[in-house]
Amino acid sequence: MKKYFLGIDLGSTTSKAIIIDDRDTIIGRGITNTRANYTVATEIARLEAIYNARFSILKMKLEDEIESKPEYKKYIKDVEAVFQYLQFKRRLDRLNVQFRDTIEETFSGEKRENISGYITRIVKEIGPSILDEYLNGSLGQKNQFFRDIVSEKYNKEVNLLSKEYFEPMMLVYDKSITHVENELTEYNFRELVYQSMELLNDKYAQIDESAPDETGVGFDGELNLLKGNYKHIYDSLKEHISFVSNLDIHISNMVGTGYGRALLPFPEKSIRSEILCHAFGAHAVFPNTRTVLDIGGQDTKAIQVDSHGLVTSFYMNDRCAAGCGRYLGYIADEFSISLNELGPLAIEATHEVNICSTCTVFAAAEIRELLNVGQKRSDILAGLHRAIVMRAMSLLARSGGVRNEFTFTGGVARNQAVLKYVSELVLKNYGNDIKINVHTDSIFMGALGGAMFARRSN
Amino acid sequence: MAKEVAKERSMIIQKEMITGHFKELGAAKETGKKVVYTFVPGNISELILSFGMLPVYPELNALQSGMRKKSGDYIRDAEQHGHSEDVCTYVKCDVGMMLNGNIGPTGEKIPKPDLLLLSYTGCFTFLKWFETLERLYPGVPVALLHTPYQEAHKITPEMTAYMVKQLKEEVIPKMEQVSGNKYDEEKLKSILRNSSKVEDFIVKIFDTTKHRPSPIDAYFAGVYYIGPINSGFRGTPEAVDYYAELYKEILTRIDKKLGPITPEGEMEEERFRLVVEGPPNWTHFREFWKLFYDMGAVIVASSYTKVGGVYDMGFRVNPDKPLESLAEYCMNCYTNLNLQQRVELLSKCITDYQADGFLVNSIKSCNSFSAGQLMIMQQLERKLEIPTGFIESDLVDPRYFSYSNIKNRLESFFQMLEQRKMILTRQ
Repeated sequence: MKKYFLGIDLGSTTSKAIIIDDRDTIIGRGITNTRANYTVATEIARLEAIYNARFSILKMKLEDEIESKPEYKKYIKDVEAVFQYLQFKRRLDRLNVQFRDTIEETFSGEKRENISGYITRIVKEIGPSILDEYLNGSLGQKNQFFRDIVSEKYNKEVNLLSKEYFEPMMLVYDKSITHVENELTEYNFRELVYQSMELLNDKYAQIDESAPDETGVGFDGELNLLKGNYKHIYDSLKEHISFVSNLDIHISNMVGTGYGRALLPFPEKSIRSEILCHAFGAHAVFPNTRTVLDIGGQDTKAIQVDSHGLVTSFYMNDRCAAGCGRYLGYIADEFSISLNELGPLAIEATHEVNICSTCTVFAAAEIRELLNVGQKRSDILAGLHRAIVMRAMSLLARSGGVRNEFTFTGGVARNQAVLKYVSELVLKNYGNDIKINVHTDSIFMGALGGAMFARRSN
Repeated sequence: MAKEVAKERSMIIQKEMITGHFKELGAAKETGKKVVYTFVPGNISELILSFGMLPVYPELNALQSGMRKKSGDYIRDAEQHGHSEDVCTYVKCDVGMMLNGNIGPTGEKIPKPDLLLLSYTGCFTFLKWFETLERLYPGVPVALLHTPYQEAHKITPEMTAYMVKQLKEEVIPKMEQVSGNKYDEEKLKSILRNSSKVEDFIVKIFDTTKHRPSPIDAYFAGVYYIGPINSGFRGTPEAVDYYAELYKEILTRIDKKLGPITPEGEMEEERFRLVVEGPPNWTHFREFWKLFYDMGAVIVASSYTKVGGVYDMGFRVNPDKPLESLAEYCMNCYTNLNLQQRVELLSKCITDYQADGFLVNSIKSCNSFSAGQLMIMQQLERKLEIPTGFIESDLVDPRYFSYSNIKNRLESFFQMLEQRKMILTRQ
């Protein structure tokens, strides 16, 4: 039986899971927001990684077909998207039940009826629009966690209601979401994947019925690939899907890491420090790495590693989390934009406003003052991003500086503006010869390192 | 719950010595003995003793207050008295203790100073500290002894002459005036003869960490071992007896191949050998220590135990040249060494005692120790290719001890050492 290894990184903001095979190849990724119940967060990430691994194995099995026939690629991509949607839908249904319970417990009379009516409308609105977003792939750029997706849509709808319902509607949401978020829902992969295919087939059938000009290339070129084709693909995929659904993804060993690692239901020998895991993961992906900078939710870590990927020293922020992911979240709230919009907006800046970076709360006050005196949002954001990176540079200097090659990891590495300033300042301070590495899986480096430890200590 | 650990004879002797000292201080008013406040680094206790006076060390009182969980309140009172959050917490704790009646660690009241002997070896805060005490005890005479920093990596004859001049012209006359006794060089020589014996013992004791397992912990237990030499007993016959007894006990431990004694009994398995730079945290001393012994980590050398005198590089007092010896002793204190000398000393410790890792406990409120620590760490890492770790806490301000942060970093550090051992063994 093929052996697989699991790494779980229970961070302060997100929980990540990685599954690797016996050659250290990543075959499954799972990520969710960390919540009060750490076991649930871990399980959600783990299950997601297992589902993802099944799709990866499916793609590996069909490598040749995918290579030669783009319609296979599109079909599997859509199945995966609908599969994610169906999980979302089940959670939404559960949330809907919880909404009703909360309303029942909290309100009475006319208010109860009105609120109940609003909730029915909102839930009806959210479901289908989310399906479209999953299929169009437009959620890919966003934070895809259940709480974030629902809260964005919910808030939008609540803002359309009369003001007197704002407080009660938010109360219903806050009271209900925590319940649902801390419950574990397990899905039957096979059942859900077949359901996804049925749903897709209905959708594709509509394309078949449509005239060519209605689904023009401009709308969805890829979709046309499936026109008249999907039934054939469906039939030939069924057997493979059945195979991956039944496949026993046997986790031979696992290692937990991250800030909440001590709370993981793992034996002591399966718990590793996140410093070691991040360094090990980064070094595995970029073997010439000597310095790692990891900016996570609450921690910034500057780590020096040797040629074996062994940590020789590290330095972490101790008394303040300004400059970490949570800081960015706070700033996004100040600007009433989502976290993923911060970086692109900052990149548009024409100049950087000077911001003192020592304290998150002060920075927010500073922002308001700067907006007041007419500074542009993008310029302020550029200054903020630069300030964050300046803090990281100071940690790097204290840890012993930057040695070639330099690998940037953690959730914040996905922010383009942070990346821009990190690159700029690293090259400026440590020379243009420094090679800077960033991987698309940068947020998973800790979990990857954990999985690699699991393989080595098996 | 911690097991009751049988006390060794040396521990009992030390306790009696310290209790006796505070009793004597408590009775100073009645006996007419004069009291000199002075600092541990560069303490010229032998000279104080030669005049028949009693020394008081404010830092030691502060650390004792920290261990007895009183420092938090004392610091609060000092801050209410006008000291800012950034001021050294030893100073604030000490000031707070004085504001609260100056009750010492044994419950006895510590008498007011008759003389403030300001020997400010490597710590400029000492100057401000005694300026504050001067205001708290108006009219108290201050004797100033300036110790030149070893900037050029060595002690020159001019530096020694400069210090001897200060001893002759400033310190000794003030001591004569306060004590009413004339300077007695023969008496000083005889005290220094004991100091020299004690210094030999200290070197031998801390050198036993060469053994595997190390019979002692040179940091957490080390701070107890340096107690007598740093609290006014250095030149006394009691100190010679204490160190002879302690050394004998350690030799027995070596014979039996026993590891260090911890508050929960003997450490059974020595997994990591460390050299530590920087003072320990006193407010959570036991918890802090436990984080190490639970992991099987033993400290084989520490810079903190050299704060009251460095004897590893061959320095001993020469009773035939008493004042020159006192001068050189002061200039040789750890915090009076330049950073390169500190790197060399720590490097010798790491090599001689075969350390697996080097750890810095950086103290938020101690500039004399913290300045240069990152440079020291980086140089050692590069020179010796030794894994290094860095944690932060404070001397006696409980607000700055974050158990979870320290634990998280130490866990990473120990895992780093373990992983390295594993991989290097495989190669």
